[in-house]
Amino acid sequence: MSVRADTMTSRRGAEAHRPLLAVLHEWVVTVDHKRLGVMYVVSGLVFLVVAGLEASAMRLQLAWSGLHVVPPGTFNQLFTMHGTTMVFLVGIPIVFGFGNYLVPLMIGARDLAFPRLNAFGFWIFLFGGLLLHFSFLGGEGLYGGGAAPAIGWFAYAPLTERAFTPGNATDYWNLALLVAGVGTVATAVNMVTTIFTMRGPGMTLGRMPVFVWEIATISWLTLIILPPLTAAQIMLLLDRFLGAHFFDTQAGASAVMWQHFFWFFGHPEVYILMLPGFGFASEIIPVFSRKVLFGYATLVAASAGIGLVGMSTWAHHMFVVGMGSTLNAAFAASTMLVAVPTGVKIFNWLGTMYGGKIRFGTPMLFCCAFLFQFLCAGLTGIMLSVAPFNWQLSDSYFVVAHFHFVLIGALLFTIFAAIYYWFPKVTGRMLSERLGRWHFWLFVIGFNTTFLTMHVPGMLGMPRRIYSYPADRGWEIWNLVVTLGLPLQIIGILIFVINIVISLRRGTPAGDDPWDAWTLEWATTSPPPVYNFEVVPVVSSRRPLWDLKHPDDPDGPHE
Amino acid sequence: MNERGRVGMICLIVAETSLFAVFVVAYLFYIGKSLNGPYPKDVLELPIFNTVCLLSSSITVAVALGALRRGALRRSGLWLLVTIVLGAVFLAGTAREWYRLIVGHGLTIGTNLFGTTFYSLVGLHASHVIVGLVILSLLCVFSFSGALRREDIERAEIASWYWHFIDGVWIVVFSVVYLVGR
Repeated sequence: MSVRADTMTSRRGAEAHRPLLAVLHEWVVTVDHKRLGVMYVVSGLVFLVVAGLEASAMRLQLAWSGLHVVPPGTFNQLFTMHGTTMVFLVGIPIVFGFGNYLVPLMIGARDLAFPRLNAFGFWIFLFGGLLLHFSFLGGEGLYGGGAAPAIGWFAYAPLTERAFTPGNATDYWNLALLVAGVGTVATAVNMVTTIFTMRGPGMTLGRMPVFVWEIATISWLTLIILPPLTAAQIMLLLDRFLGAHFFDTQAGASAVMWQHFFWFFGHPEVYILMLPGFGFASEIIPVFSRKVLFGYATLVAASAGIGLVGMSTWAHHMFVVGMGSTLNAAFAASTMLVAVPTGVKIFNWLGTMYGGKIRFGTPMLFCCAFLFQFLCAGLTGIMLSVAPFNWQLSDSYFVVAHFHFVLIGALLFTIFAAIYYWFPKVTGRMLSERLGRWHFWLFVIGFNTTFLTMHVPGMLGMPRRIYSYPADRGWEIWNLVVTLGLPLQIIGILIFVINIVISLRRGTPAGDDPWDAWTLEWATTSPPPVYNFEVVPVVSSRRPLWDLKHPDDPDGPHE
Repeated sequence: MNERGRVGMICLIVAETSLFAVFVVAYLFYIGKSLNGPYPKDVLELPIFNTVCLLSSSITVAVALGALRRGALRRSGLWLLVTIVLGAVFLAGTAREWYRLIVGHGLTIGTNLFGTTFYSLVGLHASHVIVGLVILSLLCVFSFSGALRREDIERAEIASWYWHFIDGVWIVVFSVVYLVGR
């Protein structure tokens, strides 16, 4: 162990003395899955801050009736960029970034199946993101000032047709997401191939960590549901540049078709983001409860079930379009059906914690909050799947509160948990628990102040995407509370960033396995060497490290 | 490596299928919804010769791989060349058809919904044929230069899957555009 630690220190020492340009060059040309994973997550976090600031500007504008913090046009750009950035440039890169880093380590592989394709995927995603943000400067082309797209993150037709959004802003949205989507598909191809062909000795499918199962599921999903978005975007490009009529109602086309294509992507996309979150929780909760995951097989089956059923629920975003009662009923039913496998998972995690010797480290704190908030998000989701209820509240702040409970309350909380949990592996140093607790409590209080409260103005009829509202609706006090949760979250994030910066330099050295965990990534050094494992351990159960630590009581016979 | 290549290619084909499916759905949904002519029944002719060329190219590429497996490198290169020619004839046929439609009948992508969906679906397929031809041309050049050897048979097979996929897509496009849509 000490020899390993010595080589680690000397390697880090050597890195510090090399010129910046050489280090930079190494990161740019790298095809190593660990470096690319880190770059994915870091760029995702940078975009998180950008999109968070956009949200903050919107919340200030809405804090009270009749304010003029930003101009109305800018407000439309802000919610478009906020939503687009959060989904495509924060959620996707962070979950696939963790997949990049962890999947080969967890299954005992040297790298992903196609390392250069992996690098291609990252860079095309990054430049897609930069292209989107360049629209702030270049959106109107040479003829005017800068302008970002102002079409909402789902860019409904016919608003996106040339007649209604002239200039290039919409094209930036379209092209940026098109190229970023190509990168995502490339990564998904890579993940599926890696998981199905490169598992280490003894690592059968039934022994894979749940996180790897989740990545396999979302990669399949990505292959099936992302190309339809690409196709719809190609159609939009043809409409805008070659005068085609795919979504042109004047020529007899249907604008609703865009909604179908978009949501066929857009709804399963939520599962693509959320399933890895479940994976994080399923890795962290057992380790911090000191118990084997309760119901491994049902949890994996539930993920596959969510993936399959999730592809047939998209039109619940379209109840108010007027699809007719047959379709409404079918999509309401399929949406409620998704709640079943999702509910199974809640019991998997509760069952794991039940009777366990729980350690409330920061990763576990975030996972506990995740359980409560995700349950809340799921319940409002079932409410919204009831078509008549949906007619009442569609496009209101109730919906906004619902999906922020999913994407922040559930996904972002598990992402924070994952960062606290795997940071020691990636950097070799622990994040500070004290700052972590501050981050957790500020964020959990701030988040609930904002988004729990946000359900109320939605119930009172406040529509989403409005720039301002009159004073006589009784919405002000609720909106003020919603906005007041914001500073708490900002301070929380600030503490998180400070924690990362300080811990990178002065954090406690982590050692190989600081949490006494059971999956393969903890078998190698922290940070892992380029080649990952000197000797790939032979796996004979779902907890290979437990078997190594307790040769007298291996897991295999109990599975 | 070959296992990886196989799974990777299957993944790519799944994703491409999904891409085509959306264009096919759009085509089917917009059949008969054009507000003005020309309509499919007035201007479309069955591209029988083209279809025969493209479908038989799937057979010739299989023959080429069979030759490669036996180590008959020259013969394999020649059959690859035949495959490329068949693919190129298909493309030329599409070009002729488009010329006739655009110049003869004034049907462009902006004329009506038929033009919009027709040119995008057939064009998407044709662009895949072009990519397939690039891959086959590389294989062909390599087989004549000696870079493609008997050991590479599995890689060449994976490349041929893409070509078979393009042929399969054409059967769907042909049925949708020329049989159902006319």
